[in-house]
Amino acid sequence: MSKKIKILMFGWEFPPHISGGLGTACYGLTKGLMKHNTEVHFVVPKAYGDEDGEVVRIVNASEENVALTAENLREYAKTLTFTEIDSLLTPYMDPVEYERIREEVSRETRLESLRQFKTKFEFSGKYGANLMEEVARYAMVGASIAARSEFDVIYAHDWLTYQAGIAAREASGKPLVVHLHATEFDRSGENVNQQVYEIERKGLHAADLVIAVSHFTRNVAIERYGVDPDKIITVHNAVEPPAEEIEIKQQKHFSEKVVTFLGRITYQKGPEYFIEAARLILDRDPNVRFVMAGSGDLMNKMVRRVAQLGMATRFHFTGFLRGQNIDRLFAITDVFVMPSVSEPFGIVPLEAMRSNVPVVISKQSGVSEILRHALKVDFWDTEGLADAIYGLLHYKALSDTFSHYGKYEVDNLKWENAAAKVVEVYKQAIAL
Amino acid sequence: MKSVCLYFQIHQPFRLKTYRFFDIGNDHQYYDEYQNRSIIRRIAQKSYLPANKILLSLIHQLGSDFRVSFSISGIAFDQFEMYAPEVLDSFRQLAATGQVEFLGETNAHSLASLKDEEEFREQVRVHREKVRFYFNQEPMTFRNTELIYSDRIGAMVYDLGFQTMLTEGAKHILGWKSPNYMYCNAINPKLKVLLRNFNLSDDIAFRFSEKAWSEWPLTAGKFAGWLSRVDPREEVVNLFMDYETFGEHQWEETGILRFLSKMPEKVIKESGFVFRTPSQLNEMLQPVSMIHVPNTVSWADEERDLTAWLGNEMQDEAFSKLYALSDKMRECNNVQLLSDWRYLQTSDHFYYMCTKWFSDGEVHKYFNPYPSPYEAFINYMNVLSDFSLRVDQHYSSRRRFSRSLVTISEEGATANEKDMLVWSGIEVVPKIYLKKAMKQVNAASLASALHQATNECKERLVSCLGRRALNEYVSLSPLEVNTSEQEVSLAREHILNQIRAALKND
Repeated sequence: MSKKIKILMFGWEFPPHISGGLGTACYGLTKGLMKHNTEVHFVVPKAYGDEDGEVVRIVNASEENVALTAENLREYAKTLTFTEIDSLLTPYMDPVEYERIREEVSRETRLESLRQFKTKFEFSGKYGANLMEEVARYAMVGASIAARSEFDVIYAHDWLTYQAGIAAREASGKPLVVHLHATEFDRSGENVNQQVYEIERKGLHAADLVIAVSHFTRNVAIERYGVDPDKIITVHNAVEPPAEEIEIKQQKHFSEKVVTFLGRITYQKGPEYFIEAARLILDRDPNVRFVMAGSGDLMNKMVRRVAQLGMATRFHFTGFLRGQNIDRLFAITDVFVMPSVSEPFGIVPLEAMRSNVPVVISKQSGVSEILRHALKVDFWDTEGLADAIYGLLHYKALSDTFSHYGKYEVDNLKWENAAAKVVEVYKQAIAL
Repeated sequence: MKSVCLYFQIHQPFRLKTYRFFDIGNDHQYYDEYQNRSIIRRIAQKSYLPANKILLSLIHQLGSDFRVSFSISGIAFDQFEMYAPEVLDSFRQLAATGQVEFLGETNAHSLASLKDEEEFREQVRVHREKVRFYFNQEPMTFRNTELIYSDRIGAMVYDLGFQTMLTEGAKHILGWKSPNYMYCNAINPKLKVLLRNFNLSDDIAFRFSEKAWSEWPLTAGKFAGWLSRVDPREEVVNLFMDYETFGEHQWEETGILRFLSKMPEKVIKESGFVFRTPSQLNEMLQPVSMIHVPNTVSWADEERDLTAWLGNEMQDEAFSKLYALSDKMRECNNVQLLSDWRYLQTSDHFYYMCTKWFSDGEVHKYFNPYPSPYEAFINYMNVLSDFSLRVDQHYSSRRRFSRSLVTISEEGATANEKDMLVWSGIEVVPKIYLKKAMKQVNAASLASALHQATNECKERLVSCLGRRALNEYVSLSPLEVNTSEQEVSLAREHILNQIRAALKND
């Protein structure tokens, strides 16, 4: 057996305080890493508490005050060291806001609230100084932890942690691996925040190796950030199996089939393509209902567009959904659609497939690179999108195939396998 | 003297264009003309024409020791006619040498042999006429789509007038036996069966340009050497492959065309083999044994079974929806509908829906116009939906017409006139409705009704009887038939009522 690899990981949230995709991915990866002879020292900014207090607290996992309440984490406690830093560096506005979001087992909140946060900072200037300050302070913390601990590789997730990663690298001389989950272009389209972009660019260039969540994201890093293609490796995300399979019984009170969109209603998610496809289908077949679940800055515009097309009796907006309501929506959904314009990975289709729902996804999503049992179309190809949805609604052999094999496929995407690839990247970085 | 049997398959499907669901009912043009034309043009230039030229010069050079055989699917004929007529000319030149045999197959390169015997016979008939027309040859050897074969199919093929049939020398049907002999069908031993030697065939068709292969590069001399090492007691080596092997699957740069031009001479001179056609072999060789093939085989993929075309949910659904139209199409006389019906049966459409290609990728992806089997299925089903609509429309207009004839009003018509009009209506009623009606009619009553009816009318109604009713009808003695005027008109009225009911309840 080879030597145990010790990892200093700068992450984001950790259970039970998970609010979105990045947290879920970090958690899944960490659990996966545990199965590959590694030791993880996880550093997270604490979401609440007194900023003036002790800056760094290295928590022994066996101590009572550890925030590890999730049952399945206890078994990893022996190899996982967990560090919380009291810090403003958090997507949450305040304790009240935090409590609200914490309850959302949400796919979207993370990015959603990050956007809100950033927007506020951009407009009010009140949090702006703090945010960048916090990033800097987190970096100092990183350096100080790095100087005091023993490890083989530094591992940082997305832009907020990059500076900490760089500082730790300078302090320790150990290799830095950064994991690119999303870029500023995914969050903001073409209106990128220059400061954020700069931090991302620096982090990607300073890293010894970069892990991208998809080839799609890898290409963005190469083309938009000028990163050397040889040092970016794609490792696709996986999906955590549900703790237990709960049979969701949801009565459908109408006979029409249901086509669902679930995500932030923003430019990046392509909601207007969904609406245009809905119109093409309803022109031919009125026995379909369309559901747009989520909220976002384009919501009002979408509501107007639906009204303008005169299909409001067949097109429904649910607003923001959370927890069980999502499962209930999937339970009555016949086809799930993710027409994203730009999607570094995209975990929602996997959750739909886990609920036996056939999916149509855009080719511009990272997840389309790994899925077989999904129909893939270009987000702008509204006719192709409509045709794919129609096919799944009308040709039973196809939807049966998807619902059966799709579930099987998703159940076989394991974090353990993704983590194995990550470990290979570590080894490569250490050997550099 | 031992024989080599060189046989080449030529087939290209009419690929469908991207056909969206909102085209259903509007657009009845299904084919991607641009793609089909450019593929045929390209293969003609890269493969068919140069390879034909080589074969022609070999025939001149080597004389009667060199012969080859081809099967050209009806759909390939149609496409050559449309896009590359010079290819047909070049095949005619080959045919004129008298040393080239053209085989029979289904016109549509279809899977009809598995599903619909009547349709199969019809397609074989049409294809046979094409071979006669283009090459003035009577095909005596049969090659089913993708070498699909079973005992049952073989027996059926013999009934259609063929002497010899080709199929795959699959390991699981041969067991310890060698493919290098003449075999015969297990149901009807009069049909002789030639089996593909897949090792030697695939050395050329698949491995020729594979640099990782230990035998690469394959030269004419090396191949002739392999043949000389074949067991001296064995009779024939069957090399069956796609003709596109030469210049398209294997590019000219790999040296495949040079191989084709050198190999025959080397084989004849160095290994003592002679090239013969299946029909020659039929006359020369006696079968060494029956070949038992209770389960259908083909030459596709590792499994050599039907799973490339049928078996997954989508393929089965498309296949059964397509053949559900058989009964209606049988009587259809609309040329455009018939032509689409045949083109939609082409096996390639089902091949594109194969989900195995995730593993057996290389071959299945070749010329596959779809990014995945799911797109293939959706597109095909959209087209098929439109086609079914057209068939239904065609039928409902015929149905309305025939209904008006059999229910013509009494007013102003004498009993005789009425009778005539009504009975002539029967000739227009589609058979599917007549068949339904005849299920409710017993033989004796039919015989009464047909008393003094026209021959056309008799034939038509009798042909719609089920097997048992037909036996009953045939064995009726004239004495048993009540021909009283009253009984005849009662029986006629009964039959007409049944037909009306059948027309109504569709």
